[in-house]
Amino acid sequence: MKIVVCIKQVPDAKDVRLDPKTNTLAREGVQSVINPYDRHALEEAVRLKEKHDGNITVLTMGPPQAEEILREAIACGADDAVLVSDRAFAGSDTWATTYTLAKAIEKIGNADLILCGKQAIDGDTAQVGPGLAVRMGIPYVTCIRKISDYSDDTFVVERMMDDGYDELEVKQPVLFTVVKEINEPRLPSLKGKMKAKKVTILALTAADLDADPSLLGLAGSPTKVVRVFAPELKGDRTMLEGTIDEQVEQLTKVLTAN
Amino acid sequence: MDYFLTEEQQMIVDLCRQIADELIIPQRAALDESEEYPTDILNAVAQADLFGLYVPEEYGGLGAGTFEIVLALEEFGRGCVAVATAFAASALGAYPILISGSDELKQKYLPDIASGAKKAAFALTEANAGSDASGIQTTAVLDGDEWVLNGTKQWITNAGEAKIYTVIAITDRSKGPRGASMFVVEDTDPGFSYGPKEKKLGIRCSSTRELIFKDCRIPKDRLIGRQGTGFITVMKTLDKSRPGIAILGVGLGQAALDESVIYAKQRVQFGKPIISFQAIQHMLADMAIQVEAARALVYGASKHIDAHPKDMSKASSMCKVFATDMAMKVTTDAVQVLAGYGYMREYPVEKMMRDAKILQIYEGTNQIQRNVVGQELNKEYTKKQ
Repeated sequence: MKIVVCIKQVPDAKDVRLDPKTNTLAREGVQSVINPYDRHALEEAVRLKEKHDGNITVLTMGPPQAEEILREAIACGADDAVLVSDRAFAGSDTWATTYTLAKAIEKIGNADLILCGKQAIDGDTAQVGPGLAVRMGIPYVTCIRKISDYSDDTFVVERMMDDGYDELEVKQPVLFTVVKEINEPRLPSLKGKMKAKKVTILALTAADLDADPSLLGLAGSPTKVVRVFAPELKGDRTMLEGTIDEQVEQLTKVLTAN
Repeated sequence: MDYFLTEEQQMIVDLCRQIADELIIPQRAALDESEEYPTDILNAVAQADLFGLYVPEEYGGLGAGTFEIVLALEEFGRGCVAVATAFAASALGAYPILISGSDELKQKYLPDIASGAKKAAFALTEANAGSDASGIQTTAVLDGDEWVLNGTKQWITNAGEAKIYTVIAITDRSKGPRGASMFVVEDTDPGFSYGPKEKKLGIRCSSTRELIFKDCRIPKDRLIGRQGTGFITVMKTLDKSRPGIAILGVGLGQAALDESVIYAKQRVQFGKPIISFQAIQHMLADMAIQVEAARALVYGASKHIDAHPKDMSKASSMCKVFATDMAMKVTTDAVQVLAGYGYMREYPVEKMMRDAKILQIYEGTNQIQRNVVGQELNKEYTKKQ
């Protein structure tokens, strides 16, 4: 099974600051890590490989420093790493990102399964996974919490819902986005770390992807951020405490008082 | 202090530090209370390839030396000496096979030990044979193609959890020290069972039980090395393993120092953090000096051993005594710095003090280590005269 895992470099949640002027994330001097949901996607890929054999390629789009998270992914069990990096990609929204990643996966070739975290913890859109599948013209299932079977090129998966889960059967090639309940990611291994140090990371530029320049980066991004602001706190809050009956009694008092 | 580690050595330290910080430290207090064997943590350690650190590459390991395993154990010891003991005991159990075993025995057992699929344990101590190994009562008698073992081993670390045991037994009592031999016993061998779990002062989540052999029959080829070489194998094993115990003292001492300094900076008495009082400062300074001195000695002894010298006993015993006596003193001082809070189980230092005590006792008491150093000195100076 050939698996591609899409990962993103995000600021470490323990160390997040906002630039007070622009209200955007301050990325300078902040430790970067693999997006936590993507760690679960990678772990699931490693488990599938252990069970069914195959090859795992980790893929990220980002600045040259994103190489670090690719090496970390190799240390945790991935086989190959691809870094899609070019000034032309700067300012990509999710629309341009899915186009770029789809082009990169096309270049990698023959992916049976694409795994993504359900969302990144910085942008929080949850759009790139499904958007990528649509670009590639393959089916997708979001928020899966379990891959319960794989045989005859067909996966049986459980999709997490608010009130339980759906069980779906889907044929490869397919894209899944995973929730953190799916597994407990492992720590790197020593052999993995040694491999990560030596491995050659395949670097792809816009030219390598034969991409349409008008669909890349800022030019290819219809999303316009008009304004970023911290919401103002409005109104008073009162927390009602006690048993349900006591809270209902307090609430009716508040409501009838006005 | 910078010890100028190679890139690979630093990698080992980083990985073990991550395991200590993310897996061991968050669980150590609960494991101490429940006294449950840390199976999940050790599975993660196995997945990280660390059980194979010292095993040669041809048997599935990474072929690293004593210094590298010492670096790993320092971080684990900083996390929890009980978890580190459970990990280290497998190496101790594997060393006799590694040092004296035939290629067949190595092929058969070392790959599973290296992958962490099976843990090993080392069985020397008996009710009447601890420091005095000549008091061993367990016997092994050859009967056709099988050895028949009878006797009881006491306080065996990893007993019940390990699948592979290296056991010393008397094969010919008339030959004295040359009448003992070492064997591999598997957990499923007939006539082999365990005593109940011992209740201990410290290192509570590590397993300590008796091994009971009642007409336990094992194939003839489970003999490690030649018949009669059991004591030599034991001595060589302990020479190699003692820096591993010594470094647990260094890791533990470092952990106690860390807790003490952090606390002394926060705790306010008489309007000032207690670290501003010279009485506390001097205690902390002495702790730091002792930890660093012990670290330097253990690193030095380990590198000496990795150079495969003819004699390693003195270096090995010296570092074990110094670092573990240091750990006892530094952890006791840590409880003193934290005082009332330090005595409470809510804080980690009382456990550190309880765990420190075993380091002065197991793998040869510190009194026996001083005997070794003394005897070696006597030998060296006889040669010089």
